Amino acid sequence: MLLAVEDLAKSHATGEGRVEVLRGASLALDAGQSLALTGESGSGKSTLLHLVAGLDRPDSGRIRVAGQDLGGLDDAGRARLRRETLGLVFQQFNLIPALDVAANLAFQARIAGRHDPAWCAALARRLGLDALLHRWPEELSGGQQQRVAIGRALAARPRLILADEPTGSLDEVAGEAVLDLMLGLVAETGTALLMVTHSLRLAGRLAGRVHLAGGRLAPC
Amino acid sequence: MLRAGVAVLAGHWRRHPLQLAMAVVGLVLATALWTGVQAINVEARASYARAAALLDQDRLARLLPRAGDRLDEADFVRLRRAGWLVAPVIEGAGEGADGRRLHLVGIDPLTAPPGALTLALAEGATLAAFITPPGRFLADAATAAAAAGQLPGPVEVVAGIAPGVVIGDVGIVQNLLGAEGELSRLILWPDQPAGLPDWQEVAPDLRRESPAAAGDLSRLTASFHLNLTAFGFLAFVVGLFIVHAAVGLAFEARRTGFRIMRALGLPLAALVALAAGELLLLALLAGAAGVALGYLVAGALMPDVAATLAGLYGAEVAGGLALRAEWWAGGLAMAVAGTLVAAAAGLLGLARMPALPAARPRAWARASGRRIGAQAAAGAAGVVLALTATALPGLSAAFVAVAALLLGAALVLPGMLAAALALLAGVVRGPVAGWFLADTRQGLSGLSLALMALLLALAANIGVGTMVASFRLTFTAWLDQRLASELYVTGRDEAEAEALRAWLAPRAAAVLPIWSVEGPLAGQPGEIYGVVDHSTYRRNWPLLAALPDAWNRVAAGEALLVNEQLARRAGLAPGDRLELPGGARLEVAGVYSDYGNPVGQAIVAAARLSSLYPRHERRRWAVRVAAADAPALARALARAFDLPAGAVVLQAEVKAASLAIFERTFAVTAALNLFTLGVAAVALFASLVTLAGLRLPQLAPVWALGLTRARLARLELARALMLAALVLAAALPLGLGLAWLLLARVNVAAFGWRLPMHLFPADWARLGLLALLAAAIAAAGPARRLARRPPADLLAVFAHER
Ligand SMILES: Nc1ncnc2c1ncn2[C@@H]1O[C@H](COP(=O)(O)OP(=O)(O)O)[C@@H](O)[C@H]1O
Ligand SMILES: [Mg+2]
Repeated sequence: MLLAVEDLAKSHATGEGRVEVLRGASLALDAGQSLALTGESGSGKSTLLHLVAGLDRPDSGRIRVAGQDLGGLDDAGRARLRRETLGLVFQQFNLIPALDVAANLAFQARIAGRHDPAWCAALARRLGLDALLHRWPEELSGGQQQRVAIGRALAARPRLILADEPTGSLDEVAGEAVLDLMLGLVAETGTALLMVTHSLRLAGRLAGRVHLAGGRLAPC
Repeated sequence: MLRAGVAVLAGHWRRHPLQLAMAVVGLVLATALWTGVQAINVEARASYARAAALLDQDRLARLLPRAGDRLDEADFVRLRRAGWLVAPVIEGAGEGADGRRLHLVGIDPLTAPPGALTLALAEGATLAAFITPPGRFLADAATAAAAAGQLPGPVEVVAGIAPGVVIGDVGIVQNLLGAEGELSRLILWPDQPAGLPDWQEVAPDLRRESPAAAGDLSRLTASFHLNLTAFGFLAFVVGLFIVHAAVGLAFEARRTGFRIMRALGLPLAALVALAAGELLLLALLAGAAGVALGYLVAGALMPDVAATLAGLYGAEVAGGLALRAEWWAGGLAMAVAGTLVAAAAGLLGLARMPALPAARPRAWARASGRRIGAQAAAGAAGVVLALTATALPGLSAAFVAVAALLLGAALVLPGMLAAALALLAGVVRGPVAGWFLADTRQGLSGLSLALMALLLALAANIGVGTMVASFRLTFTAWLDQRLASELYVTGRDEAEAEALRAWLAPRAAAVLPIWSVEGPLAGQPGEIYGVVDHSTYRRNWPLLAALPDAWNRVAAGEALLVNEQLARRAGLAPGDRLELPGGARLEVAGVYSDYGNPVGQAIVAAARLSSLYPRHERRRWAVRVAAADAPALARALARAFDLPAGAVVLQAEVKAASLAIFERTFAVTAALNLFTLGVAAVALFASLVTLAGLRLPQLAPVWALGLTRARLARLELARALMLAALVLAAALPLGLGLAWLLLARVNVAAFGWRLPMHLFPADWARLGLLALLAAAIAAAGPARRLARRPPADLLAVFAHER
């Protein structure tokens, strides 16, 4: 099992007290598999993804990624997990503003110590970024930015990609194109994928799907 | 609607008290330093004006003796008989309690032109009591206390008389000074009756001096005040950087709020007026606090300023401070103007704000790169101007050079930092280091004001520090030369002085006269000393330039030596001739350094002095004796003659006292230096705090990709240290350039002497550590907050519309 989430609970402090977002969510994902995580807006999909990525800590429950228990890892350990094992793609503003496209593309692979220039170049070509390599993030359209973010995640050859509505900020046509590229590359490289989306149509293109409602996950 | 607008504005400050505190601190500091310095200047100038007005020096022409420093009372009588309206004045030194020097001024209230002093006389002591022995004397409170019991008559306190000055009736003061029948000068009434005979025919031994040529303290000290003003302004500008950072951020943070208010129908003009009103309120409140703090600063510095002016220029200024309406008003005006300048960008942005959000808010980062380039070009022009001004003579040119150099360098700084970072980026390996440098470069424009402030503060510290330390080194070496004798002895009168000499002669290696007269040299007040031929002078006297055989020719009475000030002012070089009061023209055999002396000075052979000015005083001696025996000899001498304290002075005491005066002289500078550095550190802190929030979009992606918050925080700290180190590297050459300008240009133009420049690497190292420490302290708070930042804050970057 590459990813195992058991009985996860998480609440957020708000002005009107604590809001329980997750109350015993569990899921499992094998290496090379892809899973869609659906749910209504505000149901806690992003919260769950952030917990899996080790970006935040759960109130209770267990998360194991590639054999490692996140609860037993300190800040540095979880950062290393993100660096070496995971690839992250958020809805928007993924790119590092100070670096150009080429540097952004290579950044995670380089900090993970797995930089492979040939693979990077191949990804850039596949994602149609060849002409954009020396542009700055703010000079790209939203779709271009998301393609760079996907390329950056794949360049490090992660074992698991966590994507939070990667095409959510794009219009339908651009979104489809970006998603096609991502799914194609994920399948090719044998990387596992957990993708958040609230669109059932997009979810249908992945191997499996779980639905988040009332703080719990149910397979569909 | 307006109420809602106010609520939105105020709500921001309530939620971000740190930003508010920063704006207030910046304004208070800026206003405080500015008004403090202004208060000092105003006070000192008022002091000179009082002194000059009371003695009628500034307005009226006077008649002075052609030779020597005293004229014959008979001249006065003849002029009055001929119908001239002239008033006699006698001046001389007296001694107050605990050896304090008093400046005795004798006037004749019956013939004096109507002025402030005659009014004071009419109000205070009756005229009769003033002119009838034992007389009455007038002085300010402190001087009156020192003079009490030392004068034959009572001393009355009259506010407004210059410190150290005691005024009495001319006849009584003549008596006190042992100068019956002698006067220092005659004051010419401005309006004279018609048909008078030419005064030169009546009194051919006198010369006329017009008011402009009179010893004008305010001119002499102008450069000192300009220096202070420059420092005050520098501190003010640095303080404004803080305000700019805080206010700019507040505007940025409230952009969305402003936009919504506009969308809801609040007119743009009302919005701008609201924001301006808020700033005005801030400026007035913080400005008032700043003026009050400035008063405290000035009060703390005033005694040192008084010592500086006395030490460097011989100008007496009261150590006290009056609360003046003019600097309340001035301080508040500066605070308001400064706030508006600092907030101009924010207000302008608000006035031009489009109703819809801009499409690419982050493009500013790249646009700022072009701005940095334009700024650097302007700065380079400033540096060129500075170099040009350096080649021109005069004090104004020297100050233009200083200002242009500092401003130019400050403008060039961001560009230079960007270039240095680019260079570094080409050298380093590793993705994190590469990102770190690229990110630092991109964030430069946000920090550039604070870094410029730091550069100016550091350069001022290095420059002024180098000047003061060079001065100190030169001054102590010079003291060793000038104070070669082990003992200095003064008799109460000439008979006692002669008895002292006779007693000392068999007991000491040499007893050398210290005789002098005062008189005009090259058209300006000066003093002439007589020395005997002795190895003490031949070996130790600090000659800057000399003819061969100089001492022999001085000893022979055919030549003289002049101090550097006189040589520079009168354009004298060895080989030239100088006319002494009385008409003797002697060749200049050499030029010697005479630091700290405001007046020109010449040295002739003692015999020559006596033949030229037979009536000069002969009361002081310098005694050469084995250093170890000096204290015992001093005690024995004082016991044998029952001498008062101060009559026998040990060399070591004079040196210690001179150095103490020197240190106090520059205490103000040191204090202002430290203040400026402190303000720069606060500016850096303010910028880092305000930028901390804006930097999340830069940091969040790197964090998500696998760098811990702790590591990012360490990098933020390293960034501040690296920038401080780079600024320090730029400040060093700039500060040395500044020191050179101060030593070789400003000093020469203002004081008349040039100092050799010395380098003090240990001081730089200390300052460098201080700067790094300041940067570390400034960055520590924001860095710690980053390390503890809730992940939600960072995650919000990816979720929210920005
Ligand atoms: N940092 C936070 N503080 C308070 N409430 C939060 C925070 N993050 C998310 N929430 C709340 O938790 C709930 C789930 O949010 P999220 O996981 O973003 O939902 P989704 O991604 O499914 O739309 C929402 O009600 C949201 O308002
Ligand atoms: Mg979400």
